[in-house]
Amino acid sequence: MEITAVYYLIPALIMFCCGVYGFITRKNMIAMLVSLELMLNAVDINFVVFNRFLFPEQMEGMFFALFAIAIAAAETALAIAIIINIFRAAKNIDVRSLNEMKF
Amino acid sequence: MAITIPILILAIPLFMFFFLGLFGMKMSHKLAGTLGTLGMGSVLVLSYFTAFQYFFSGLDIFVNEAGDRLQYLVFDQTWLQFTEKLVIKLGFLLDPISAMMLVVITTISFMVHLYSMGYMRDHHGVFEHGFQRFYAFLSLFSFSMLGLVVAPNIFQMYIFWELVGASSYLLIGFYYKKPSAVSASKKAFIVTRFADLGFLIGILTLSWYTGTFNFTELTSVPVEGLAGVTQVNIGTAESIRNIFATSAAPTFMGASVLTWALVLIFMGGMGKSAMMPLHIWLPDAMEGPTPVSALIHAATMVVAGVYLVARLFPLYLMEDSAMIIITVVGALTAFYAAMVACVQVDIKRVLAFSTISQIAFMMVSLGVARPEYHEGLGYMASMFHLFTHAMFKALLFLGAGALIHAIGSNDYTAMHGLRKSMPITHITFLIGCLAIAGIIPFSGFFSKDEILSSCGQYDILVYLWMSLVAGLTAFYMFRLYYLIFWWKEHVTPEGHHAPHDQPWTMTLPLVILAAISCVAGFIPFGNLVTWNGEPYDFMAHFDWSVASISLLVAICGIALATVMYRKENELPAKMRRALPALWTWCYHRFYWDELYQFITHKIIFGLISKPLAWFDRHIIDGTMDSFATLTNKASEAIKPLQSGQIQMYVFYYLIGALLLGGITILCLI
Repeated sequence: MEITAVYYLIPALIMFCCGVYGFITRKNMIAMLVSLELMLNAVDINFVVFNRFLFPEQMEGMFFALFAIAIAAAETALAIAIIINIFRAAKNIDVRSLNEMKF
Repeated sequence: MAITIPILILAIPLFMFFFLGLFGMKMSHKLAGTLGTLGMGSVLVLSYFTAFQYFFSGLDIFVNEAGDRLQYLVFDQTWLQFTEKLVIKLGFLLDPISAMMLVVITTISFMVHLYSMGYMRDHHGVFEHGFQRFYAFLSLFSFSMLGLVVAPNIFQMYIFWELVGASSYLLIGFYYKKPSAVSASKKAFIVTRFADLGFLIGILTLSWYTGTFNFTELTSVPVEGLAGVTQVNIGTAESIRNIFATSAAPTFMGASVLTWALVLIFMGGMGKSAMMPLHIWLPDAMEGPTPVSALIHAATMVVAGVYLVARLFPLYLMEDSAMIIITVVGALTAFYAAMVACVQVDIKRVLAFSTISQIAFMMVSLGVARPEYHEGLGYMASMFHLFTHAMFKALLFLGAGALIHAIGSNDYTAMHGLRKSMPITHITFLIGCLAIAGIIPFSGFFSKDEILSSCGQYDILVYLWMSLVAGLTAFYMFRLYYLIFWWKEHVTPEGHHAPHDQPWTMTLPLVILAAISCVAGFIPFGNLVTWNGEPYDFMAHFDWSVASISLLVAICGIALATVMYRKENELPAKMRRALPALWTWCYHRFYWDELYQFITHKIIFGLISKPLAWFDRHIIDGTMDSFATLTNKASEAIKPLQSGQIQMYVFYYLIGALLLGGITILCLI
């Protein structure tokens, strides 16, 4: 049995959908951040898979994935910092209750 | 004639107004009062000099070889130029009536300035609050009034006309903490403004047809070879009438347009001069300080209407119907005001109604004046009465002010028997009463007699009517006099000072004005002021039969007053019980105020304003409000979409993206 691109893409799709579902439904900001990471990683898999199967003689997809991982790490650090600050200010990280500056 | 003096006559009071108005609070009360009085004193000297020059210097710009007095335009400066033809100028016209008015205004104004130094403080000599403001307003009024009488064009007159109205408003409302004074000032301003609407329409009608604002172009012809000198000529007025008669629309609603213009202009004069039915503001204007009543509401501003008619007299001669309207309005007002004055208890109200009645005398005199009767005797008599009335009515008002100051009340039921405690006031007041009643040799006798004889030449009915009013005048003035100075002995209430004569600043003006009232009748007025400048010896027209009848009528009035009011008795109360309806109507001034109240509140406010306000509030505002409400509702409805919850947005985005994707797929298939 030959492993084709679809074998990689379907788990990635499932991962992405899980991420979207989690991002929409979870009210805890940490959980939302985790879901976000899940979506990013699903996209990274797609980059690598398409690079491997469509243009095996080139490396752009791989590098793109590496960049995305690095940027995701930085972004996570930033988001965690924001969440910690919000927690300090509001003693809470539930997005539904953070509506003080709403209209 | 040098131009400096006329400019100074107008500039000094204006300067004093700004100076005292801006810096008055920085200086002491006494300094402000003294400066104002000195300023007015210098204007007095300059005006006397100007009038003397005009009447007696005999310069060829003032009088021609035949002895006719001319009009001299001292200066005429373009002020506003709207178009080539529509130019508004400010100038200074010297002619018999303006020279006479300069004398009247500055004399009374100076007396009032001097008098107020004593009047505007309490018994301990403490100056009233706003003393400097009072002097600033007095200066403003003097400036406006002087500007009004010297105006060479009707528009300048209108501008200053409004300025005197404004300064009258400011001075009536001088005690602005007193609600009655505030409402009186508003009443005066609104009623006269309403009349001025007619005045403005009249001015515009007149100048639209004639193409000029200048009095000299309406009534006079230029004198050959002398710049700025004109002579009153009936021919000019006739050509003006022809302009109207040959115009595209010579009549309007059955009367000629010239009549309309003249009557509308007269309406402005009715407002200022308190002719019926626009008289209602003047009695209320007595809420102002008494010197103001003397200056503005007795001697100067209220005769502006008479002055206006006299200014345009040759034009009024062209329209008999306008003259008849003036006569009728004047005659009715004179009688009405005299009736009301007979029963009032407020000393200033009596004088106010007496003023209305006397101004009506002047109006009637102008209305019956015709060149063919004794060379326009009525015009001269009217101006003469204006002059003498200004003096003795100012005297009476200032005397009343002295009494009010001494007693502390306007009501003369608190004043009986003051002849011993206030001798100077008593004598001067008596002279004023004799003058207004028309007793020889006081000034009012001569002027009133000439008015009556010109009435007699016009129509015997007018003559009898005005003689009756003259008798009433004598009666109510002596009723006032006896009730103040006789009736019963004065009793000083507990805790009050005994009344006494006032300081010299207040008694000196009384004495001077009383002296003028004694001798002013002997001024040969016919030589000085006539409608066309042509002098005549009025003693030649002096009719002893008319004079003796009017003297008899006056003496009857005085005798009746003496019987009724000299000693306390039951007669007045009996009279009052005998004619209760008449008394009530007179006491309530024939319910004119109530009528106005009814018309304004019930008819105008109730039937017109309130529905209009309802329409405005509910229909116009309602439409606008419903737009706003609709927008508000709509935004409230869609506001929850903008929840601020990022997850909701993502959800909507996702659904949108899926829908679009689905559509795309469907299309591709």
